[in-house]
Amino acid sequence: MPLITSSKTQPEYDVIVVGSGAGGGQAAYTLTMEGVKVLMLEAGRSYDPQAETPMFQTGHKSPLRGASTSDKPFGFFDATIDGGWTSPGEPYVRASPGRENQFQWWRARMMGGRTNHWGRLSFRNGPYDFKPKSRDGLGFDWPLAYEDLESYYEKVELLIGVYGENHGMENTPDSAPGVLQPPPAPRVGERLLKQRATGMGVPVVAAHRAVLTQRQDSKNIPPKLHPNNPKAQRVLREAMDGRAACFWATACGRGCSIKANYQSTTVHLPPALNTGNLDIVPNAMVREVLTGEDGKAAGVVYIDKTDGSEHRVKARAVVLAASAASTVRIMLNSKSKQHPDGVANSTGLVGKYLMDTVGASVSGQIPMLENLPPLNEDGAGGAHVYAPWWLYKEQIAGKLDFARGYHIEMGSGKMMPRMGTGAGLEKFNGGGSWGKQFKKHVRRYHGSFCGMAGRGEMIPNEGSYCEIDPVVKDQWGIPVLRFHWEWSDHELNQVAHMQRTFADIISACGGKVLSGGPEKDRRDAIHPGGEIIHEVGGAIMGENRRKSVTNQFGATWDVPNLYLTDGAPFVSNADKNPTLTLMALAWRSADHLVGEMAKGNI
Amino acid sequence: MNSPFSDRLDRRTALKWMGAAAASAVLKPHLLAAESAPALEPGMTIAEHWAGPGYGADPDLVKSYEPGDLWPLTFDDHQRRTAAVLCGLIIPADEHSPSASDLKVHDFIDEWISSPYPQQAGDRKTILEGLPRLDALSESRHGKVFADLSASQHAMLCDELGVVEPDAEPDPSEAGKTIRSLQRFFRIFRNLTAGGFYTTPEGWKDIGYTGNVVLAAQPKPPADLLKRLGLE
Repeated sequence: MPLITSSKTQPEYDVIVVGSGAGGGQAAYTLTMEGVKVLMLEAGRSYDPQAETPMFQTGHKSPLRGASTSDKPFGFFDATIDGGWTSPGEPYVRASPGRENQFQWWRARMMGGRTNHWGRLSFRNGPYDFKPKSRDGLGFDWPLAYEDLESYYEKVELLIGVYGENHGMENTPDSAPGVLQPPPAPRVGERLLKQRATGMGVPVVAAHRAVLTQRQDSKNIPPKLHPNNPKAQRVLREAMDGRAACFWATACGRGCSIKANYQSTTVHLPPALNTGNLDIVPNAMVREVLTGEDGKAAGVVYIDKTDGSEHRVKARAVVLAASAASTVRIMLNSKSKQHPDGVANSTGLVGKYLMDTVGASVSGQIPMLENLPPLNEDGAGGAHVYAPWWLYKEQIAGKLDFARGYHIEMGSGKMMPRMGTGAGLEKFNGGGSWGKQFKKHVRRYHGSFCGMAGRGEMIPNEGSYCEIDPVVKDQWGIPVLRFHWEWSDHELNQVAHMQRTFADIISACGGKVLSGGPEKDRRDAIHPGGEIIHEVGGAIMGENRRKSVTNQFGATWDVPNLYLTDGAPFVSNADKNPTLTLMALAWRSADHLVGEMAKGNI
Repeated sequence: MNSPFSDRLDRRTALKWMGAAAASAVLKPHLLAAESAPALEPGMTIAEHWAGPGYGADPDLVKSYEPGDLWPLTFDDHQRRTAAVLCGLIIPADEHSPSASDLKVHDFIDEWISSPYPQQAGDRKTILEGLPRLDALSESRHGKVFADLSASQHAMLCDELGVVEPDAEPDPSEAGKTIRSLQRFFRIFRNLTAGGFYTTPEGWKDIGYTGNVVLAAQPKPPADLLKRLGLE
């Protein structure tokens, strides 16, 4: 069973998985390893990271030196295909034009979805993060606890490979010994930020990122992940042997042809395909979930984008992992006699409690880091250090004017020059220069800049949701989403705290703030909703079927053979970045689905 | 034409533009003249210059691109010559690296201002308005276009336009306004020149960027550097 076209699908599958990113990839991996026959439908084109990743391509041989454009908002070499803030032929609607009410929706119409370009930061949620309402009275509790997910976090970390360190910090869980890969050493500027931030009481530790800094232990990990399953162990061993360790070059956002970092297309899909249990149809834009007379999921309807034809495929169960908002869209567009308001939407909650991560940043320039000698600081292609949230005690004691935490992603280094290198130096060098003097100045300042980005928890609110727009349809005639967005004072005050803290850290390094800082209005400093690309929620899980869309396994209450394994069932959006948690939940959901099928319940 | 800078548009490229324009059903008479040089009026908007597409949302990321491969360039020979001279003044050759004009950064700037994307549209206007203003100022001062000035005349103008006292009182006269607009032009041209230059292998070497190579182990920062910074 391989990559196929619409005409080659089987009459019926055990499970249809919609989406091939982190959630769909993990679900398909777990299911196929257990012998389940799966059809995966991906709305974008197929993608071959080994052939298509621009590993060493350089700016001067690329359009506009690789600078950001409307077609490639993160720069020419960003791995995203047919996506970005807009996606050709696939509009979405914002209910309000105000900056504070905007939602920006990043999509990637390609095999593996957004996992091809993501930052690879992989943090576990802590115990508090599953019971936020019990802790501070806001939002909702999850219907499961950290202990329920801990073993799945470990499995995912072992499967995808995550570098990091254990520090025993509050609500920042350690992994078991031997699970994490060794972290890279900090860059020079990162060492300075670490030294000075630590002096202020802000802990700076090794980042956790899904990048192999050494080859995986392909002998011992497969039996641990798939006990009593020799075929799965063999398939995984082969897959792990096909991955190289990071060779300390090229940014992870381009993707990775040597499979050193995690992306679904290099880590989840190859072994899943090698089980022989997976068919994948690319260019398959799912419109709706089909349900039978009994109200249960019977399959899906999709448009084959290569010719516009409509197809129906059948399965015993359907897993939606199209990305939180896309999953909501499919559910709301799946109307039937049994499900008049959309599939599994008897509560009317589908689309509600959409969340992103709170984001704000400050940049600075640090004289100590001027005139660095020639260096190779490419490192592991992303962050080496970060500051986990450190004020839990102050927060619970009511000493802060916002309820939830944030972590700091910080960076400085003698990085690959790009558009912007050498620009704006007139702010430092006495009004500008030219000639040999200018060249000296560029040498002096390159590597002396730093950036700090806060990534904080947003509390779900009634004003942040999406629904089907009554008018606008995409190029295949499928109704599109309309987004509503609001921030509360918790997010805005959190951003103000970020701005003060980051400015203080830069000052402690002897530097000066270039953009952002405490003077900046919090409403201007906060990134618009969706811009951090951590969209979750919209079909929250819960213990009470009248107040949630799915149970703790991501199975919808109304339709027990319809599972959601992307960010849609998230109940809260801890500052920890959602992808690792999403994969752990997807593995757990897939195990549950396998169990239900074995019991004959599905 | 004897200009050393008129070699950039070969027949292959010109034909490719025409093919691309035809494909997007926007074939325009001025593009048919592109084989010699796209003599487009300065100041025309990018939509008037090139109504074709950019590289789209699924470009080939692995192949190499040169200025002019994806959309037609704008500069006529004189604009190109002026831009080359200015590139060479802002980043001249020294013991570390060649000049920006040696590396044809002016052709990159032409590509930049000819881009069909809104991200570059503002710079297009700044550069295409600034180049003739620079000539006008040169002629009023020295009776010659900018590219023909002597080294000392170039130095005087670059000092005036490129080194701007942050707290200087703005001169409210028309002449003062012209100088300020040229200072802004210079600043943006310098930013583009730097971006175009330091993204080349020669620029990397100059600036001390030694990455983008396969390594078996993560390199350690030099011990003496860490010691100097108190970061051991």
